[in-house]
Amino acid sequence: MQKSTLLLLLLLISVYAFHVGQKRSQEIAQGKIKNLHSLPKYYGYYTALWAFLPALLLLFIWLGFESPVINHSVIETLPEESRSLSNDLKGLLINDIHNSLSGSAGETKPELKAAVEYLRDLKIWSNWLLSFLAVSFAFMGMYFARSRIRQGHRARNQVEKTVMWFLLGSSLIAILTTVGIVLSVLFESIRFFGKIPLSEFLFGLQWSPQIAMRSDQVASAGAFGAVPLFTGTLLISSIALIVAVPIGLMSAIYLAEYASLGFRSVAKPLLEILAGIPTVVYGFFAALTVAPFIRGLGADFGLDVSSESALAAGLVMGIMIIPFVSSLSDDFINAVPQSLRDGAYALGATQSETIRQVVIPAALPGIVGGILLAASRAIGETMIVVMAAGLAANLTANPLEAVTTVTTQIVTLLVGDQEFDSPKTLAAFALGLVLFLATLVLNILALHIVRKYREQYE
Amino acid sequence: MSNQKEDSKYSNQGIRTHQLVKAGLPRRRAKENRFKAYGLICIVAGLGFLVILFGNIISHAWSAFEQTYIALDVTFDESIIDPEGRHDLETLTTADYPALLKKSMSALFPEVKERQQKRSLNGILSSGAPYELQRFLQQHPALLGKTERVWLPVDDDVDMLVKSQIDRTVGEADRRLKDFQIAWIDKLIADGRLEKRFNKQFFASGDSREPELAGIRGALMGSLFTLLVTAVLSLPVGVASAIYLEEFAPSNRWTDIIEVNINNLAAVPSIVFGLLGLAVFINFFGLPRSSPLVGGLVLTLMTLPVIIIAGRSALKSVPPSIREAALGIGASQMQTVFHHVLPLAMPGMLTGAIIGMARALGESAPLLMIGMVAFIVDVPGSLTEPSTVLPVQIYLWADSSERGFVERTSAAILVLLAFLITMNGLAIYLRKRYERRW
Amino acid sequence: MRQPENIPIPASFSRDQLQTVGDIFVENPRIQCRNVDVYYGEKHAIQDVNLDVGRNEVIALIGPSGCGKSTFLRCLNRMNDTILGCRVNGEIKLDGLDIYADGLDVVTLRAQVGMVFQKPNPFPKSIFENVAYGPRIHGLASDKFELEEIVEKSLRRAGLWDEIKDYLRHPGTGLSGGQQQRLCIARTIAVNPEVILMDEPCSALDPIATAKIEQLIDDLREDYTIAIVTHSMQQAARVSQRTAYFHLGKVIEVGDTALIFTNPRHQLTEDYITGRFG
Ligand SMILES: Nc1ncnc2c1ncn2[C@@H]1O[C@H](COP(=O)(O)OP(=O)(O)O)[C@@H](O)[C@H]1O
Ligand SMILES: [Mg+2]
Repeated sequence: MQKSTLLLLLLLISVYAFHVGQKRSQEIAQGKIKNLHSLPKYYGYYTALWAFLPALLLLFIWLGFESPVINHSVIETLPEESRSLSNDLKGLLINDIHNSLSGSAGETKPELKAAVEYLRDLKIWSNWLLSFLAVSFAFMGMYFARSRIRQGHRARNQVEKTVMWFLLGSSLIAILTTVGIVLSVLFESIRFFGKIPLSEFLFGLQWSPQIAMRSDQVASAGAFGAVPLFTGTLLISSIALIVAVPIGLMSAIYLAEYASLGFRSVAKPLLEILAGIPTVVYGFFAALTVAPFIRGLGADFGLDVSSESALAAGLVMGIMIIPFVSSLSDDFINAVPQSLRDGAYALGATQSETIRQVVIPAALPGIVGGILLAASRAIGETMIVVMAAGLAANLTANPLEAVTTVTTQIVTLLVGDQEFDSPKTLAAFALGLVLFLATLVLNILALHIVRKYREQYE
Repeated sequence: MSNQKEDSKYSNQGIRTHQLVKAGLPRRRAKENRFKAYGLICIVAGLGFLVILFGNIISHAWSAFEQTYIALDVTFDESIIDPEGRHDLETLTTADYPALLKKSMSALFPEVKERQQKRSLNGILSSGAPYELQRFLQQHPALLGKTERVWLPVDDDVDMLVKSQIDRTVGEADRRLKDFQIAWIDKLIADGRLEKRFNKQFFASGDSREPELAGIRGALMGSLFTLLVTAVLSLPVGVASAIYLEEFAPSNRWTDIIEVNINNLAAVPSIVFGLLGLAVFINFFGLPRSSPLVGGLVLTLMTLPVIIIAGRSALKSVPPSIREAALGIGASQMQTVFHHVLPLAMPGMLTGAIIGMARALGESAPLLMIGMVAFIVDVPGSLTEPSTVLPVQIYLWADSSERGFVERTSAAILVLLAFLITMNGLAIYLRKRYERRW
Repeated sequence: MRQPENIPIPASFSRDQLQTVGDIFVENPRIQCRNVDVYYGEKHAIQDVNLDVGRNEVIALIGPSGCGKSTFLRCLNRMNDTILGCRVNGEIKLDGLDIYADGLDVVTLRAQVGMVFQKPNPFPKSIFENVAYGPRIHGLASDKFELEEIVEKSLRRAGLWDEIKDYLRHPGTGLSGGQQQRLCIARTIAVNPEVILMDEPCSALDPIATAKIEQLIDDLREDYTIAIVTHSMQQAARVSQRTAYFHLGKVIEVGDTALIFTNPRHQLTEDYITGRFG
């Protein structure tokens, strides 16, 4: 039985259990619901939960342990020389066997035939055993719950308690996600720094992660100095901010202070569409249209512009983050109390003087927070740079040249064939760690500033 | 204090003030107008980018919805299709359809004799044409032995030429089609044998190396499965989490940490979620690479913060009086929330959820990390089969060098945007329809 | 505080009788208002108001809340321009010039007619910058020393100098409420206006701060024309020479402050003053 089918079956059983529990409580109530502590439907929920949860727990535990246990016993059946292999090679062997079973490996190697058969049997057995156990658990849970139903049984409280645990558990997932991110990136990074010293990574000027795939190959040893990536990221993000901040801020000012209601109600949502367009679309636009355009333009002026220039990627990224800057700024400009504007107008300030000298300074912390968020967005943006920026790790500040970024390198290192232990793959995680930390600092700073600012005017 | 003196000084100054203010006015007014103009220019620039972006994509995309077909008079020669005279369905699937096509082609251009030239001639047809022909014959087995006019797709280079996307004026050496090929094609056009028809293939098939055979069906199914996983997981968990934080959580340091943490997660670069997915779901839990299941899990973690934040603000907007009313008649806190508060907050929560889903639909970076970039021809049929999603398909096609993929990439973008606009439109409609002011 | 709708109109009065009693004219008017109507969209907030404000006098505008005092006051320096959907009809003249005339720039008007608001609204800048802001934008000081001189003089005039002269670089928002309000007055007089409008300047202040401001208003009368909206009849009696009573967007009665408070001629004025509503 497929696991999804099993899950469906368990759900059906719990619906049935709901009815069983409800009917049982009505019998016990002898027609007077007053006799019960809780409404009959709570007894239904109670029974259904007992039918569903233990079986579900079993299912999860099974899923967690199934493949290691199966793999282990498959290895046990292999001849002696295979069993004494290193763990890595064993993993490869197991992969082979799995692939043979699913038919994706073409011809099965004769020496593995027995193991493949064995694996198939084990899998079938495991599935049936799981189905049988889970369904029995469900029914046992149901009968257990049914037997507990009494007149004074506090079914509602117990159901609510369970729901409460579910709610609490759900809100912890966010924490778990963060922990997961930190652990997974940190773990692999530590392994990376075991091979490449941290100082070389942080301060090295040379980035060329091409490492020989096989140890007997002669090739460059690979260099992992990430400084060119950092400067490339900074260059492209700065270009993006140089485009987005003035345009976004001025748009926000115009919309908040000058535009008529009608114009505002049309222009604001239209501008925000820019933020909803998938970044892959921007990447395509940058690579197909903007980069050749800039290259052509440069040629007209006698400039040699790379076809993967930082300028093209930065420009398009800037367009993408305009709405970030503008809608956040708009919020903060609107949050500046009218009384401050009145104060300036009453002194005879013109509207632009009021905006520039009173409104913007008052909204500045918020706007700065918004810009920091936009910067973090720009640094972490991936698709635009993957599609429009280069792979060459040039250490340059010239926007007409090609540079590469942290995110581009993460993608290039991890897409395609990968060996899980090579510094090349691990380097991606080290870059991920840097990226995570950098954006984390920016976000925390930005959120802190924004929150302080909101409190000021609340 | 000499009041008298002060007085006269003041009234003198009054006149002077007036003059000074007046003198500065023209300059200040000019500045004002300039500032206002800058604002307007910036908005127009922003909207201009939007127009250019859409215009650019639509102008590239529209031609992809048509594909050039060639009318061939094919003789379903029994001696080629069924040389052993077995008369069963099996023969129809294994028959030598390319041979049939070659015969039909040389019937059109009997003057072509040389081997190399013949190969180019057959190259006018798409490499998928034999399969089309096979499908056609299987649908009409009665045609065996007869001659019939069949419309078949042509090669992408020919398609590009017919759509005038190959420049005939550049030198022959820089062109993918040589002069003699162009002459054939012009003859075919003159004979009315080449025609642009609606490109069914684009919506009906999976990926392919040949632009004229490539479609978005596989990517669409992949997106559907991935989004399904995301919705099934992130909706209940997101809503539950929002309810807990807004309605039940005691306000202490832990809750603060969770709150800061959620706000933070919403701003973590999406590619980092991809790294998490790779390390945890694939390498640690051993879930299948490239599968919608893993993609959905990663996108779930990514959209959860969005849904939680939207959910909390929806709950916040339900006035406390409603809770007090329900608690006042003896409902438990849980009943109050589920019977009274949640229904009122539901439209707001749904709006946030749809927006989160739309974002997930357009996301590609984290999916690259978990291997959803493989070249996959088959349309996926389950959650664990390798598949790709629409945005990643766009990325893959954008990377191809064939001219024919440019228009298809744009068309795929258009389809993606259509979905996104629909989803966001739905969210706006929901918000407008159920918006409640207290 | 009651809503305008709830203000009872005694049965013996029809709407026609809601016409201004008392003398709206003065000998030497600084501001003349004729047939002024103000609308907020559909709402008719000020109806056919005629009123003069004399030179170097303090006129108090009193009346139940929502009767249009602030609205009227804001007409006098066109602060209503900033409110979307607000329309002003009729004629308002400052020194004989129509302030709603086409060619007139609000900037010059507001430099002449300053305003102090109900809630102190210092800019989030230093005390010095708050006061210097007006002179700066209008280019009133030719150099730094003149600017400093203007700031010091204005702060002295507002009676704030001695308290804050050592803290000029501190933020204006850090002062106490009463100090903030006096800072706002200093900010206004730094531009050297001819008329100062004050909209309930003391309603957010404690009695001691209020007393200081009242003293200040009395001092300022020598140089400026002042129109002050107030909720406190004692305050009106203490600081003003003339008083106008507003009711549902109309001026009901105008006259010498002393007379209005001792001997109101209109029933509505009397009801308000004796505390029957408001
Ligand atoms: N910005 C506005 N938009 C619409 N109506 C307003 C606005 N400001 C004031 N009003 C209305 O105009 C009337 C007069 O208000 P206001 O002048 O503030 O009264 P007062 O200052 O005497 O209390 C009130 O009924 C008020 O509701
Ligand atoms: Mg008022």
